Amino acid sequence: MQESSANQLAADATSSFTEHLRRSRPELLPYTALPAAAPGAHGAPGAGPLQAPHATTIVAMTYAGGVLMAGDRRATMGNVIASRHIEKVFPADQYSVLGIAGTAGIALDITRLFQVELEHYEKIEGTQLSLDGKANRLGAMIRSNLPMAMQGLAVVPLFAGFDRAAGIGRLFSYDVTGGRYEEQEHHAVGSGSMFARGALKKLWHPNLSEAEAVQVAVEALYDAADDDSATGGPDPVRQLWPVVYTVSRTGAFRVAEPVLAAAAGTVIESRAAAQREA
Amino acid sequence: MTQQFYVSPEQLMKDRADFARKGIARGRSVVVISCRDGIALVAENPSPSLHKIGEIYDKIAFAAVGKYNEFESLRQAGVRYADVRGYSYDRGDVTARGLASVYAQSLGAVFTAEQKPFEVELAVTEVGERQEADHLYRLTFDGSIADEQAFIVMGGQAEKVSEAVAAGWRSELDFAGAIRLALAGLVADKEDAQLPASAVEVAVLDRGSETSRGTRRAFRRLDDADVTALLGEEN
Repeated sequence: MQESSANQLAADATSSFTEHLRRSRPELLPYTALPAAAPGAHGAPGAGPLQAPHATTIVAMTYAGGVLMAGDRRATMGNVIASRHIEKVFPADQYSVLGIAGTAGIALDITRLFQVELEHYEKIEGTQLSLDGKANRLGAMIRSNLPMAMQGLAVVPLFAGFDRAAGIGRLFSYDVTGGRYEEQEHHAVGSGSMFARGALKKLWHPNLSEAEAVQVAVEALYDAADDDSATGGPDPVRQLWPVVYTVSRTGAFRVAEPVLAAAAGTVIESRAAAQREA
Repeated sequence: MTQQFYVSPEQLMKDRADFARKGIARGRSVVVISCRDGIALVAENPSPSLHKIGEIYDKIAFAAVGKYNEFESLRQAGVRYADVRGYSYDRGDVTARGLASVYAQSLGAVFTAEQKPFEVELAVTEVGERQEADHLYRLTFDGSIADEQAFIVMGGQAEKVSEAVAAGWRSELDFAGAIRLALAGLVADKEDAQLPASAVEVAVLDRGSETSRGTRRAFRRLDDADVTALLGEEN
């Protein structure tokens, strides 16, 4: 009798916010499965794919002393621009950031859940999760979203953080099944990712400084926007620049707007001066 | 067949209250002080890892005296309550008042219904934008709740410590001053003139965390070196 109650206590003791929600308030989880006949279920008779805003390109790269992540500001819904102001890169906690591509509504909720998950663990345990631990938790969340992904509402994040034990910045990409892959040097996800990745291959080199890395990220997103209609380029008319975060030993910080405006200005000027097609 | 003696409800409650009070007075004191820079929480606690002070949410902290297992489970429940609330509504909708009333209800229910009452006393504090907007709630073992001003002293020889803190409290104290005052209060019932930094646990709720540290999480734990540095500042 006593042993079983001790087992019960141990089983109930959880430091995971997601697990707590699943037990006590499952309706609050972002990936509660849709009813089978919901619109958007591929193959449902008469229903076209569900139209929901989609977030697009995220790039990330390591630089000397840390890791950087940048995202454009566009969300699209079919051929329509759903938002010009959306932000798709977020600080997950003090030492990590995540960027999202895919169905924006679910991705934003998963981001919020992930942020609370990390903070909750930190408060309950009194210590931060290891970077690998954080990356695994995010993978588990993406896997939980698999039923929604099968209905066309996929979310694909990119995760980057500073590993304080190893003293390096690290990058993780995911697939819709929650598979977690550690990336070297640089990576991009989303609809414009192949163009961004092509640019990164030419622009990135080892031991970039932080300022150079910001420049490379802005230029890679510029190239993605050039060829992918779902990715937004820098917008000098509305003064909209990509969202860029750097993570280093001192923590995660958002790069200031004037710095990004200058970086975007440099790219636009150099392309205009070259007077070439691409 | 054994028959239970009749015990009047007054006597029953009194016995339970005495039992809880004795347990709480056995421990060491915790001092919570509202000051110009925010709220300072200081506990006499030789363990660097079994905390008596904890972060609940952005602007809310928790301090407790009594039995560790009992207040630790209350602290975790508080973190869960606050995180669920903040996640389902908005971060700004989590308040110390809401949390304190949940604590009051669960302490009250345990006091009347369970085998034994919780031998704990809690402080739930919320730092405001101005000092007048600070909230300090004291919760006792029977679920009664008090809205305190300026400071809270709980556990151990609380009266003696409280007198010493009351004598030195001013609203314009900064963190160094508030922590110094709390440490002076904590030795009021002892022969030693000073507590070493390793014998206390110190945390603060920073009023200006957004501007000074760029985070909305106001709670910050100070380690021994921080405390020594802070106290050495203007001596």
